[in-house]
Amino acid sequence: MAGVLGTSIKRREDPALITGRGKYTDDLNVPGMAHAAIVRSPYAHARIRGIDASAAEALPGVLAVLTARDVAAAGIPGVVPVGWLLPDLKTPAHPMIAADTVRHVGDAVAVVVAEDRYIARDAADRVAVDYEPLDAVADVVAALEDGAPAVHEDAPGNVAFDWEIGERESVDAAFASAAHTVQLDLRNNRLIPHAIEPRAVLASYDSNAGSMTIHMTSQNPHVHRLLMTLASLGMPEHKVRIVAPEVGGGFGSKIHHYADEAIVGLCSMKLDRPVKWTATRTETNLTDAHGRDHSTHCALALDADGRITGLRVDTTAAMGAYLSTFAPAVPTYLYGTLMSGQYDIPAIHCHVTGVFTHTTPVDAYRGAGRPEATYVVERLMHLAGETTGLGPVEVRRRNFVSPDAFPYQTQVALAYDSGNYGPAMDRALEMIGYDDLRSEQASRRGNGGGRQIGIGFSSYIEACGLAPSAVVGSLGAQAGQWESADVRVHPTASVTVYTGSSSHGQGHETTFSQIVADRLGIDPEAVEVIHGDTDLVQFGMGTYGSRSAAVGGSAIARSVDKIIEKGKKIAAHLLEASAEDLEYEDGSFRVAGSPDRSLGLGDVALQAYLAHNYPDDLEPGLSATSFYDPSNFTYPFGTHVCVVEVDTETGSIELLRYAAVDDVGNVINPMIVDGQLHGGLAQGIGQALWENAVYDESGQLVSGSLMDYAVPKIHNLISFELDRTTTPCPHNPLGVKGVGEAGAIASPAAVVNAVVDALAPFGIDHIDMPLTPEKVWRAVNS
Amino acid sequence: MYPAQFDYRRAGSVDEALSLLQENEDAKLMAGGHSLIPMMKLRLAQPPVVIDIGRLDELKGISEGNGSVRVGSLTTHADIAASDVLAAHCPVLAEAAGHIGDAQVRNRGTIGGNIAHADPGSDIPPVLVLLGASIHLQSPSGARSVAAAEFFQDLLMTDVGEDEILTHVDAPALGAGTGAAYLKFEHPASGYAVVGAAASVTIENGRCTAAGLVVGGVDATPTAVDVSSLTGSDLSDDAIAAAASGLDAEDPIGDIFASGDYRVHVGKVYGKRALAAARDRAS
Ligand SMILES: Cc1cc2nc3c(=O)[nH]c(=O)nc-3n(C[C@H](O)[C@H](O)[C@H](O)COP(=O)(O)OP(=O)(O)OC[C@H]3O[C@@H](n4cnc5c(N)ncnc54)[C@H](O)[C@@H]3O)c2cc1C
Repeated sequence: MAGVLGTSIKRREDPALITGRGKYTDDLNVPGMAHAAIVRSPYAHARIRGIDASAAEALPGVLAVLTARDVAAAGIPGVVPVGWLLPDLKTPAHPMIAADTVRHVGDAVAVVVAEDRYIARDAADRVAVDYEPLDAVADVVAALEDGAPAVHEDAPGNVAFDWEIGERESVDAAFASAAHTVQLDLRNNRLIPHAIEPRAVLASYDSNAGSMTIHMTSQNPHVHRLLMTLASLGMPEHKVRIVAPEVGGGFGSKIHHYADEAIVGLCSMKLDRPVKWTATRTETNLTDAHGRDHSTHCALALDADGRITGLRVDTTAAMGAYLSTFAPAVPTYLYGTLMSGQYDIPAIHCHVTGVFTHTTPVDAYRGAGRPEATYVVERLMHLAGETTGLGPVEVRRRNFVSPDAFPYQTQVALAYDSGNYGPAMDRALEMIGYDDLRSEQASRRGNGGGRQIGIGFSSYIEACGLAPSAVVGSLGAQAGQWESADVRVHPTASVTVYTGSSSHGQGHETTFSQIVADRLGIDPEAVEVIHGDTDLVQFGMGTYGSRSAAVGGSAIARSVDKIIEKGKKIAAHLLEASAEDLEYEDGSFRVAGSPDRSLGLGDVALQAYLAHNYPDDLEPGLSATSFYDPSNFTYPFGTHVCVVEVDTETGSIELLRYAAVDDVGNVINPMIVDGQLHGGLAQGIGQALWENAVYDESGQLVSGSLMDYAVPKIHNLISFELDRTTTPCPHNPLGVKGVGEAGAIASPAAVVNAVVDALAPFGIDHIDMPLTPEKVWRAVNS
Repeated sequence: MYPAQFDYRRAGSVDEALSLLQENEDAKLMAGGHSLIPMMKLRLAQPPVVIDIGRLDELKGISEGNGSVRVGSLTTHADIAASDVLAAHCPVLAEAAGHIGDAQVRNRGTIGGNIAHADPGSDIPPVLVLLGASIHLQSPSGARSVAAAEFFQDLLMTDVGEDEILTHVDAPALGAGTGAAYLKFEHPASGYAVVGAAASVTIENGRCTAAGLVVGGVDATPTAVDVSSLTGSDLSDDAIAAAASGLDAEDPIGDIFASGDYRVHVGKVYGKRALAAARDRAS
């Protein structure tokens, strides 16, 4: 149907979700279902001397208490694997249930299964674990110090990996001859994902068939099935079905394979009963993989004209107690490779040390590496604007990769396929009324009042839709990065799409149906989208890294194109024409030049299934499967501008304006794109101003509840002003790029730059996130 | 987030609630449940019996008479915030109640539960201390009242006895010439007050005849600041700032968001701003 692409049709997912009729994992109840509660370590580091479960077992309604011994007795692999191997990566064992040592608060030591969840919880409290507490280290820098407590014996010095990209020598040379240099020591604060729906699993083992169905909160059911069967439960892959029903947000936290889901699977196998577990908020905070947690030293060299000549970055990145699924990739290939930003930088070197700490594992969280990289580059650009006297706008403009330089090969592996950075900056300046803001700032400074305003920029680059598989594999990924789509046209010309890119709130059912409707010239309502079930969908990689439209959507487009090609052959036979002479438009096959000789999609589809009057050399049916492996990442970009007011007497920050101009390529559904930006901005602003996972010296998570961990609430935020430029992706069939993470990537730097800009008269050039009022106040008063 | 096992009883009258309290050791009264249930879910409270007093209409409502306002202990924050009676006679109490949590919390939470729970970040306690309110309690042996300043004893500790129910709060109505204000510095995570400053100023014939300032959040209980220097003063910004800077706490509370020192500092700033707002409302 014409005009379907680029239209804000309402999300078909929403009526059920907003009226409470969506079925999430915890809503599922099956006959004979038992409930699990997991006993977790209260210590960050301790030896387990013994476990006495007798008091728990004695409680009426308790069915079993399992420990590491039962994992061993089950003869299963019993581990939680890492899915990205860097050279010389230390991969200490991560047992499903801790056997003799616990390494973070929340590490699983036992599981109780009972007839209801209250009994299970009561019994879990009665499992007596005899711990010998050991010294712990939670801080990423402290973990590298001599004599720091070791997290794993087989990772000396707590180093998981030592990684670098770029050329150290050329960067040293650039600094040696620089006219200006700026440098910064910064922390990128640790974040806790906080999906509204906590992680949950319902595992139903069927001893007759030797098979198991697992309903769980998953962003990638096939990947979970692979890891669950191969490394944890040891069941044959084809005997396990994983279903992701409605999934209430993930932000990365539901990509990873966790011990808990495997433990519940084992419980179901042992008891031959369905077993359900739903994490409490306290448990999600202790066990969902956290994000960020970097300590970085970085510096930029510029020539006398303010052109960048070199960038140096040295980062210490926390891995937590174990290597989570994709953890090693996040501060390396998703971070160091982004260091060129939007700029033509001739020399870059980025060195990263991955470090074990006695904390919850760290892994991909909305943006995954790219927010951290953008923060480094854009904070430095702010300082460069100050030091060179060019200001934040001109210093950026001077260094933008010029529009005629694409494809542009960066010094850190990525080759940008397309880009046009100036217009997004121009538009942002126009929207925000830049000159007027600067005059107001000057007059407030002149008056010396307690409320100063600041303007902060962030011109970011994104790399979405990790690809191609061969390259990703050569960098250590233990997974492909293509996506699959099976598109079936039914005899009545309605369509079902089976996609491997499963939705957890993004609105795939709506946007994917728009892609099909546009290409096939039919009503989107005639398209059903099926996802999130390993028995229904051929293999798929899932939803993360802003990949669904660019990779999953492109696979769907490919399949539709194959269907049209086959349909032409059928139509040519029926119309007694040659297939080469046929065109497909607005839902009909037409003979070029003879508009009266045409057949609707329905006529062709029906004949494809009847096969009564049919080409001899063609198989019946009208469906097509594609496995689309992109040739490159996509590279969205944009410029964000934040305006804040700082109360210098208390250090409080008020957001006044936030303008974002993003270029995400062609847009399928503008409302959904805006929604993704709003959510990403909320999270990025949250990181800048409020969110912080804090551990004390003993490794206790002191921000473990929503009473202490501040997620942004609606009244903390303002109306975002959004606009777009459009530079289509040149290498995928839809010209789309991806938008899921852009807001979270760009905004932390924009906000911090704005606050630092407001406080320039106080000689402040940096404050670490989150910019709590007390930190700001102390900076103003020091 | 699963509470330990407990029995649930619903009281049909204050007398029934009092006898249920006597019959069941360690039982807890439940009003709106918005402090008690979270504590139970975290298993920080494990009462064997919960006595629901939430439907006792006799403890709900707001009235005015003899120069004072009376607020029943089961009156919700939402009703207090929207009360015409309070708007006319004691608007600062309504102002503070309007700052509590979000709409859901205000629709369930009650003034009695709020002050009986006595969280140091609660919005109501500093206002009641400022107003010189009296808090009324009933037990099987009779009724008594206690001044707000004495009622709050320590972190989560009040003068409510084990066998007592808080029935209502009486506060003097604010006369003509008196302005009062409540200013809240909100915790971004919990939404409670990091610092909440309640201030009042009375102006008669252009002169300040009385002023008060009570700050919540810096200490376990509301901290009264001696602002008597304002009496007779011209209420200039400088005079107000000097008075508010008298805020002191020996061992201020702190958390990962705001240290004790910082809370004292913000208490002074918010105290100053609340006094200035009260002054502007008085004149
Ligand atoms: C998300 C959230 C945000 C909040 N934000 C704020 C905020 O910003 N500011 C603020 O001040 N508060 C806040 N609160 C607390 C809220 O005000 C509560 O409603 C209040 O503290 C308790 O009132 P309740 O009626 O719910 O009491 P309950 O939870 O029912 O009871 C609390 C305690 O008081 C006792 N109790 C209750 N009524 C009586 C009575 N009549 N006599 C004797 N004892 C009694 C109970 O036994 C219990 O120990 C928040 C709460 C939540 C859940």
